[in-house]
Amino acid sequence: MFNKWTFEGGIHIPYNKRLTQSLPIENYPLPQKIVVPVLMHIGAPAKVVVKVGDNVSKGQCVAEADGFVSSPAFSSISGIVSSIGMFKHISGKLVTGVEITADGRNDELRFEPIKNWREQSPSILMRRIGDCGIVGMGGAGFPTQVKLLPHRDKKVNALIINAAECEPYLTTDHRLMLEETDKILKGVKILQKILSVRYVFISIEKNKTDAIYVMKKKATTKEYYGIKIIPLETKYPQGGEKQLISTVLNREVPSGKLPIDAACVVLNVASAAAVCDAVLEGIPLTERVITVTGNAVKRPGNYIVPIGTYVKEILEYCRTDFSKIKKVIAGGPMMGKSLPDICVPVMKQTSGLLVLDTITPSYSKNNCINCGNCVKACSIHLVPSLLAKYFEKDMYEEALKRNVMDCMECGCCSYVCPAKINILHRIRTCKSYITQKRAKESLTQVK
Amino acid sequence: MENENLLHISFSPHIRGTQTITKIMLDVIIALIPALIASVLIFGLRALLMTLAAVAAAVTTEHIISVFLLKKKTTVGDLSAVVTGMLLAFNLPVAINPAMTILGAVFAIAIVKCAFGGLGFNFMNPALAGRAFLLASYPMAMTGSIFARSGYLGKLPENLSGINIDAISGASAIDGISTATPLVAIKIIQAVKTIELTDLQDSFYSLFIGNIGGTIGETSVLALLLGGIYLIYRGIINPVVPALYIGGVFLLYLIFGQTDVSFFSGTAFTVAMFQILSGGLFLGAFFMATDMTTTPITAKGQAIFAAGCAIITFIIREFGGYPEGCSYSILLMNLFTPLIDKCVKPRVYGTGRKR
Ligand code: SF4
Ligand code: SF4
Repeated sequence: MFNKWTFEGGIHIPYNKRLTQSLPIENYPLPQKIVVPVLMHIGAPAKVVVKVGDNVSKGQCVAEADGFVSSPAFSSISGIVSSIGMFKHISGKLVTGVEITADGRNDELRFEPIKNWREQSPSILMRRIGDCGIVGMGGAGFPTQVKLLPHRDKKVNALIINAAECEPYLTTDHRLMLEETDKILKGVKILQKILSVRYVFISIEKNKTDAIYVMKKKATTKEYYGIKIIPLETKYPQGGEKQLISTVLNREVPSGKLPIDAACVVLNVASAAAVCDAVLEGIPLTERVITVTGNAVKRPGNYIVPIGTYVKEILEYCRTDFSKIKKVIAGGPMMGKSLPDICVPVMKQTSGLLVLDTITPSYSKNNCINCGNCVKACSIHLVPSLLAKYFEKDMYEEALKRNVMDCMECGCCSYVCPAKINILHRIRTCKSYITQKRAKESLTQVK
Repeated sequence: MENENLLHISFSPHIRGTQTITKIMLDVIIALIPALIASVLIFGLRALLMTLAAVAAAVTTEHIISVFLLKKKTTVGDLSAVVTGMLLAFNLPVAINPAMTILGAVFAIAIVKCAFGGLGFNFMNPALAGRAFLLASYPMAMTGSIFARSGYLGKLPENLSGINIDAISGASAIDGISTATPLVAIKIIQAVKTIELTDLQDSFYSLFIGNIGGTIGETSVLALLLGGIYLIYRGIINPVVPALYIGGVFLLYLIFGQTDVSFFSGTAFTVAMFQILSGGLFLGAFFMATDMTTTPITAKGQAIFAAGCAIITFIIREFGGYPEGCSYSILLMNLFTPLIDKCVKPRVYGTGRKR
């Protein structure tokens, strides 16, 4: 079948990647103080295992995974635990965190490298990935080992590595592919072994021609047999899990289900590189590449930052004009979170810091003119304007019937609306009402 | 000091597209300009004055209602009233009394648009409703059509253009040379069976260029096509709608238009061609069947809408007493829009087919 390597719907937006796409990844200097939050993933918060006054090394675990879906957190510098308490988190909430003050020593803890990984069982490799605290680094932060776990009676026959990086401004995956090609491919091989899938698809948007070229060249060698590089149409949200699965495999994730139900696992490319580090070098996830960009930043770039570094410090380091800052976004402008406060630590899933010097124009009180732009843009094929109207009239049942819960919150509908209606916000609120209602109902059932 | 780091927060997405309602309306206005120019060339300056009068009346009405009656900020900035005014004028014969034009515009804006809550809430196309209102109130003035005979490039064959509507109706509604619009003419000619195929064929060129009788904006297929292509290019309208509408009428005439001749014959083809080139079908198909507010929101729904318009147009023209069918078909389908929107759902990702 003729495959155009894209999906139906979506939008073309100004990518604004030129600011940083040609800047090589730079090391960020060791910070004086970091805060490691216990919640840098989806699932149960990690459990703090250090006390105030403890000496910790770089790579030392400060909070253990607590439960099945959880992930440990590590100190990214060597220093002394100076306080444990509630700290502001990127989400805006107060979350338990471990504050570590640098002591200038450079000792580092690592796990035993698994050099002969080809001979090891998947469960050992998987445990290592979990032990090293690897989570989805694209934004969601789902613990990677949980995704890899074999599911009873559910086959997996494909692995897709998400390197689309369809969010505007962000260039970390792009740079990583250019500079750490081998690391990524090795990580992919390890993942391939764990899942024992025949083919792995690394999907990259076509606007990253150099990355496609480099990756293709390496991937065709014998060592990396079975890895396919898929150039995707440059379109947002091409990097959505569901979009990737329908683009690459021509399958769909059933409504309300997970990619595993389409016999497929999707992992972020930065996570693949981290897997390589974890298995072959025994390095836990203590640092990551982030893009710092935006008009108010005088030294934009791609930096390797210790996880737990304060956003404010990073912005200072990048010579940001603080008087110009109107908004700081963690992640991309389409799905990222705008920070109420910049005194918060960078997390495992923070892919970028975008500093905007303008306020997004506020949403208007216009009526919906029924133009259908949102319908055309929705890659899940919902009718966003209708869902927003249902929400306003408290018609949750109708919204449910029209699959409101399937909305992936990509923001395309809000982006294209000529009436400037904040459609997504209404849909999001509608979704959370329904979730709350469901939770209440299941509670009363238990009683 | 604590608040020093506080920033503006907002919900994602943090960037917004550049498309606005005003820009969409501006594009529609731009797309209507070729037809406006054509109308001036065909009917003279009066066409322009009539259009201006309709626009002025529409805009003033909307302004007065939103500011003085509803005590809200004026909404005329979105330019939708301008579009309504232009479309209304384009649907009126050039010789109509200016007072009627203004009355139509006031009706369209005040009753059809503002009374239902303004742009986005009207369930009918305001311009077409205004036209229908005038047609019901002043049938004589509305069906007559003055045709300025200066400066045009060709003309309809004698027996088409020569029919004097006054002679047939026995009443003179307007001063000047009143001739029947092409569709009225063909209806009458068909009735007395004096039609010659070649006469019809000869008229195609005139119909395409537009120097024939008709309402201000409907006559020049060429100009309307130019505007329509512009709107398609700008992504404002769904090209399937005009294609299905015009194509549908054409096909229906090809198959059912001539009961006494064989299907797909040369005669049927000629008649079908004549039918799509006249009676404001292009104006309706490109500019009114594509009106965002009053047509379905999904692509599938829009296709159904267009097909429905084609069928109703055919039925009205063939079996109705009224030769034109375009505007009523659109108005009727407007009423079906909520139903279509309710029934036609896109297939949501991950449901139904494809695993
Ligand atoms: S945010 Fe939801 S409704 Fe809007 S386009 Fe994305 S998936 Fe569709
Ligand atoms: S894009 Fe906005 S105005 Fe257009 S249909 Fe959707 S909600 Fe309505």
